[in-house]
Amino acid sequence: MNTSSSPPVVIARELTRTFGPFVAVDRVSFEVRPGEIFGFLGSNGAGKTTTIRMLCGLLAPSSGAASVLGFDVATQAIKIKRRIGYMSQRFSLYNDLTVEENLRFWGGAYGLVGAEMAERSRWAIATAGLEERRHTLVRSLPGGFRQRLALVAALLHEPPIVFLDEPTGGVDPEARRRFWDLIDELVSGGKTVFVTTHYMDEAERCHRVALMHAGRLLALDSVPDLKRVFPKGTIVEVSCSHPAQAMASLEKMPGVVDVALFGERLHVVLSDPAGGAALAHGLDAVGCENATVREISPSLEDVFIRVIATAEGKAA
Amino acid sequence: MVRRTLAIAIKELLQLRRDPRTTLALFGMPIVMLLLYGYALSFDVQHIRFAVVDHDGTRAGREVADSFVRSGYFDLVFHGNDVRVLDPLFDAGRIQAALVIPATYGADLAARRATTLQFVLDGSDSQTATTILGYARQVVASVSPKVRTGTRDAAVAPVPLVWYNPDLSSARFLVPGLLAFILMVTSVIATALAVVREKERGTMESLRATPLVAFELLIGKTLPYLLLASGAAAGALVIARLLFDVHVRGSLFWLAAVTLLFLAVSLGWGILVSTVAETQQVAFQLGLLSSMLPTFILSGFIFPISSMPPALQVITHVVPARYFLVALREIILKGAGPEVWWNQAVGLLIYGVAVLGLATIRTVRSL
Repeated sequence: MNTSSSPPVVIARELTRTFGPFVAVDRVSFEVRPGEIFGFLGSNGAGKTTTIRMLCGLLAPSSGAASVLGFDVATQAIKIKRRIGYMSQRFSLYNDLTVEENLRFWGGAYGLVGAEMAERSRWAIATAGLEERRHTLVRSLPGGFRQRLALVAALLHEPPIVFLDEPTGGVDPEARRRFWDLIDELVSGGKTVFVTTHYMDEAERCHRVALMHAGRLLALDSVPDLKRVFPKGTIVEVSCSHPAQAMASLEKMPGVVDVALFGERLHVVLSDPAGGAALAHGLDAVGCENATVREISPSLEDVFIRVIATAEGKAA
Repeated sequence: MVRRTLAIAIKELLQLRRDPRTTLALFGMPIVMLLLYGYALSFDVQHIRFAVVDHDGTRAGREVADSFVRSGYFDLVFHGNDVRVLDPLFDAGRIQAALVIPATYGADLAARRATTLQFVLDGSDSQTATTILGYARQVVASVSPKVRTGTRDAAVAPVPLVWYNPDLSSARFLVPGLLAFILMVTSVIATALAVVREKERGTMESLRATPLVAFELLIGKTLPYLLLASGAAAGALVIARLLFDVHVRGSLFWLAAVTLLFLAVSLGWGILVSTVAETQQVAFQLGLLSSMLPTFILSGFIFPISSMPPALQVITHVVPARYFLVALREIILKGAGPEVWWNQAVGLLIYGVAVLGLATIRTVRSL
């Protein structure tokens, strides 16, 4: 992260992609610095995959421009393809080939042969922790191993930047944690990682996060800075006996900006940091007993909900 | 470039090895088809069920009837002297042909007058009827010079001499067509499936993100199938020789050259199908329909092009097997060199360039 003085690896300027009348990505601008984990956070259909595909030279932008490692995505796609790693949302390995055969193929697709190929294959197997399973068909690998194999397969040709499109879909939490440990390892080795996700906990592990919603980039900052949209003390957690009922009451109370349900608990956004104490009394009055109000630091999800609400409020 | 192409080809071979059922279905099918068609699709007509109605009753009449039976093609099922029995016999399908000897036959011959024999045929299957008529003419021709011996206008007996396929065996005629048919169907389907499979499984997206260009991808994908299809073709030829006694008279080199040219066209066709189809099922059906039917009906494999309506004859020009088939029959049956069939090779070449070009353009666009 101390390399921020060097030029950005990815630059997007007013990047736009339309499909007929549908605007999938709407004038998105950002820069990715070398050596960072850059997260693209958004729900399905927010335009994350379309953006990543444009950056990897798989889809031409409708307007605007972007460059990756100094090459223009619209005109120098093949140069970009040679220098980047890409792990698509859909599973990118051949189920009917073994671990080693898959690595040899994907290495070969980037022109690796002989000693170099063997050396990179060894590195990949060791990094993904697949020494025992090098001759196993990918079909019979557990999900977590497949995901790590797909990642190292995208890194065989030693690209300085790797694009991961929702890499941990359908994988259990433990495997996801191991996958992210691997990402941390790569970044400490000097690689840049561009990752899309709709998991908040994954976004928390990114150095900087871009919030995408309906094709627009709504916010872009480090996680702590994103959380500063809430002044200290303006977000509290409320737990009480009838959360759904409480939610309706809270929304009508003075000083309450927003209420969101998180499981059994409610996150309440206040306009004034001192307004928390009044909530418990108010809830008691409407029959929600034993309400406790606790000041919390906002989660990324709080931020996400707030940012979207603000953006849509402006649009309305 | 060679490395990347090779990587694809090796991967494809590994996948083929992992899936012996598909491989066997694709390349064992040719052998089964050769056996099936080779034995079942025979145009040779034998054991023709045959009746004789003899109004004459002389020795001359009996001799004619005998020579039909002795020819080996006709089996006598009825012998009588009343024409009215023929109708029910034909209706019941008990006979396919009948010889009616007129009452004056023996007397006419004795008086050295011109005479006639009536030959009645079931024409509902015209192909078989034509063949039977041919046999009947041969039999009568073999009889008439004998009975005419001594007459003034002693006829010169016509002796048919059939070249290239002396015993007019169907197998010999069919094997080249089968070869074309088999190669076309299997290579079109194999390639179409191989490409569409990547789309269906989602690996195409990852392939597209690599520096692989369309050209490398297509060559790498088709190379293994080219190899296997060539193997299947060689196997089919060996079987044709062992079981149907079909020998290649011409040069094996030219045979291989023309076959490769035809395979290039078929594989290109397969890729073209793959650019249209999104699922393996659609690819299979489209591949089958677009390769099997035209090759079967419009290539001259079974139905001679020269006897098709003019409009249909024009359409046959877009069936690649048509060109291959002519060259193949020239090489296998006649042993002819390129000076005879070069125009067919040129036809294939033009076709190949067009199909592969179009396939590449479409793949580049979809990549």
